[in-house]
Amino acid sequence: MNFPLQHPVPPVDQVGVEARAAFFTKRSLKNDAKRAGLRLAVSMMDLTTLEGADTKGKVSQLCRKARQPMPARYQCPPCGAVCVYPNLVAHAVKELEGSGIPVASVATGFPSGQYPLELRLADTRHAVGEGAAEIDMVISRGAFLEGDFVRVHDEIAAVKEASGEAHLKVIFETGELQTYDHVRFVSQLAIEAGADFIKTSTGKVAPAATLAVTLVLVETVRDYFLATGRRIGVKPAGGIRTAKEALQYLVMVNETAGDDWLTPDLFRFGASSLLLDVEMQIARMEEGRYQSAEYFAKG
Amino acid sequence: MKGKKTNPDLSFAAALEYAPSPETFPVTLKKRYELFINGKFVAPKTGKYFASINPATGKRHTLIAEAGKADLDAAVRSARRAFEKTWGPMAPAERGKYLFRIARLLQEKARELAVVETMDGGKPIRESRDFDLPLVAAHFFHHAGWADKLEYAFPGRKPAPIGVAAQVIPWNFPLLMAAWKIAPALACGNTVVLKPAETTSVTALHLAEIFQEAGLPPGVVNIVTGAAETGAALVAHPGINKVAFTGSTEVGKRIASSVAGTNKQLTLELGGKAANLVFADAPLDEAIEGVINGIYFNQGHVCCAGSRLLVQESIHEEFVARLGRRLRTLRVGDPLDKNTDVGAINSKEQLGRITALIGSGIEEGAELHESPSALPAEGYWCRPCFFTGVTPAHRIAREEIFGPVLSVMTFRTPSEAVQKANDTCYGLSAGIWTDKGSRILKIASQLKAGVIWANTYNQFDPASPFGGYKESGFGREGGRQGLAAYVKLG
Repeated sequence: MNFPLQHPVPPVDQVGVEARAAFFTKRSLKNDAKRAGLRLAVSMMDLTTLEGADTKGKVSQLCRKARQPMPARYQCPPCGAVCVYPNLVAHAVKELEGSGIPVASVATGFPSGQYPLELRLADTRHAVGEGAAEIDMVISRGAFLEGDFVRVHDEIAAVKEASGEAHLKVIFETGELQTYDHVRFVSQLAIEAGADFIKTSTGKVAPAATLAVTLVLVETVRDYFLATGRRIGVKPAGGIRTAKEALQYLVMVNETAGDDWLTPDLFRFGASSLLLDVEMQIARMEEGRYQSAEYFAKG
Repeated sequence: MKGKKTNPDLSFAAALEYAPSPETFPVTLKKRYELFINGKFVAPKTGKYFASINPATGKRHTLIAEAGKADLDAAVRSARRAFEKTWGPMAPAERGKYLFRIARLLQEKARELAVVETMDGGKPIRESRDFDLPLVAAHFFHHAGWADKLEYAFPGRKPAPIGVAAQVIPWNFPLLMAAWKIAPALACGNTVVLKPAETTSVTALHLAEIFQEAGLPPGVVNIVTGAAETGAALVAHPGINKVAFTGSTEVGKRIASSVAGTNKQLTLELGGKAANLVFADAPLDEAIEGVINGIYFNQGHVCCAGSRLLVQESIHEEFVARLGRRLRTLRVGDPLDKNTDVGAINSKEQLGRITALIGSGIEEGAELHESPSALPAEGYWCRPCFFTGVTPAHRIAREEIFGPVLSVMTFRTPSEAVQKANDTCYGLSAGIWTDKGSRILKIASQLKAGVIWANTYNQFDPASPFGGYKESGFGREGGRQGLAAYVKLG
C-alpha cells in the first residue's frame, strides 16, 4: 500500500492471525480472575444506542444504566461511556452530570461517511459543542478502497483538529475493508493521522468486531507504543454479546499488549446487549447460581 | 526500524492474573500395569516391575511390568498366530470395521486419556486434549478407511501384509506414536508387538483396554513394556518381519545394524534439528507464534521441533526483541492446569541432557535469554529459553537438544538461508516465513527436509506423509506413502 507511513507495518498472515485469536479462546478464567475480568469489562463498556428510533427517554434509560449497572451489593463499576448520535449528546451530558462518565458521539456522517468533508467536520464540531468528550468518526472506506490513502489520512487529521479536546476514536469498518493487511495498514495510518483510539466497526455492517481483527489492532498499538512511547486505545464494536467473548478479548489484550491496556482509558467495548450477559455472570459468581434474565433491568 | 528508542516496554505483571484452572476429570491409575499379550493382561514372567514417574511431581505414580525374553517370545508367538489364523485372512472391510470401532472409542474416552497422557508424560493438558487425542482418533479413522482400498493406493499392484511388526515408540507423544504405528500396520493386515517408551507406558495400556472393548481378536496387537534392553531384544527377535522405530538417531543406528543381514523390513523416524527461516518480509507476529510453537510445543520434546531459528540479518534485532517479549507471556507449570503452555520435562535423565547442552551454549559464548517464569519446587522443569550469538559450529546449533531451547542465527540472502538450513546431519522438517509465495516454492525445493511448512509450523494430518532425509531416518508415516511401509507389493 503506497503511503509513506512513519512506522511501516508488517504483513499479516490470515491463517496465522486467526489461529492466534482462537488460542485465546482456550484460556480458562476461573474464580477471582473471572470476577475481576467481568467487572473490568463493565468499566470498559461504551453503552451504545444508535437507532433512528432513539429518543431522549431511551437515552435517559441508558444513562441510568451506565451510572449503576447493577444493585450496589454486586460492587459493579459504572460503564466506560455512553455512545449516542449527535442529536442526543446534550441530553446524555445532562443525564450523566456529576457521574464522571463521558459521552461519546458518533460523527462524520456515521455510519457510511459518504458526505462532503465540510459537513462531516461540521457534524464533529456540533457534537463537541453539545458536550461530547469522545468523537467516534468513520473513515471514508470508499477512498481507502480506491487507494486514496492521502485523503483518508488527511480527513482523519482534519477531524482530529475539529474534535479539539475531545478524544478521537477512528472507526474503520473492518467488515468492508476485509483483509487483515488492510486493517493493519489503516490502523497505523489512523494513528499517525492523530487517532486517540482505533475502532473496528460501526455495528451496522457484518462482520463487525472479531477477536482476530481486534488482535491486529492491538498488535498495531503495541508496536506503535514500543516505537514511540505513545499509547493508543482500541475499541472492538459490534457483535460482542456474551461475557465469555468479552473475557476472551481481555485475555487477548492481556497477553498481547499487557497490563497497561487493561484499563478503560485504552480499551473499550462498543456494545448494546453485552452488559446483560455480563451482569448475569457477575450475579452467578456472587450467588452461586444462575438467575432468570427477568431479574435484570434491560436498559 | 533502525534507531528506534528501546525505552518503552510492556508489562505482563498480571493485571489480570489467571486463577488456577486444573482439569478435574477424575482418573485413577491402576496400582500396576501388566503386559498385554494375546488379548489379555498378564503378569511378566520376569516377575519384575519398574516405577513410572509423574514428571510434574517427580514421584512414582504406578508400576509397569518389565517384559523379559519369555514374555517377548509369547507376544511374538501370539502375533504370529493372529496373523496366520485371524487378522491376516480376514476380509479387509472387516478389519476396517475394527479400526473404526477403535477410533470411536478413542473419541469417547478422549478426555480421560488426555488426563492420563498429561500425568504420565508432563505435557500440558491443553496439548493432550486439543492436539494428541484428536489426532490419535483421526489416525485410526483415516486408516480404517484405507483397509479395503489398498489396491487404490498402489494402482496395478497387489498389496499384501508383511507379517508381524515390531514397533518401538518414543516418550514425547506416547499415544499418538502408538496410533501412527498401529493404525497403518493393522489396516494393511499385519499384526503388532508394540513397545512403548519406558517413561510413558501407561496410555498404551489404556489403549489395550480399548482394543479389548472393541473386540479386536487376541494377538492382533500385543504390548510389551520395559526399558531399552526390552526394545533391543524385540527388534532382534527372529519371529518378526518388520521393524518400525521412532526415537533417537543413536538408537536408530543400533537398530539398523541389528536388523542388517536379516529379512526384516525397516523404517526409522529419528531426530531432527529443524530450521525456521524468517525473511524480512515475513508476517512478523504470526512468525513469532510459529517460532514459539515450533520450539516450545511439548517442551521442545518434538523430533520436528524448529530448534534453529534463522532470521534475516536486517530484522534480527527487532525479531529477537519480539521473541523476548513473547517468551515472557509463556505460562510454565502444572501440566494439568488448562492455562499451562509449557509443562514438565519428561524425565530426570532428559532434564540432565537439556541442562548440559544449555551449559555448553553458555560455555561456548552464546547469550542465553530465559523465560522469567517461576518453576515448581518438585518435578523436572526447564525454563523455556533461546540463545543469540549462536554460530553454526556451536553444539547447540548442531545437536538435537529435545528441550525448550532455541538457537538463533542470522542469514543475509536466500542462498545463505538454504545453505545454513541444510548444514546439519538431520533433515526432518523446516519452516519458511515470508509474504512472497514464489520464494516459498523456490526455497522449499532447495531444503533437504521431509516436511516443510510455509507460514505455519507443526501442522499434522493423517493424510499427510511425515518422515526424514539424511540421519532423520527413512520411510514415511501417514498418507498413501505411509502405507508402503506395511505392505509387500505383488
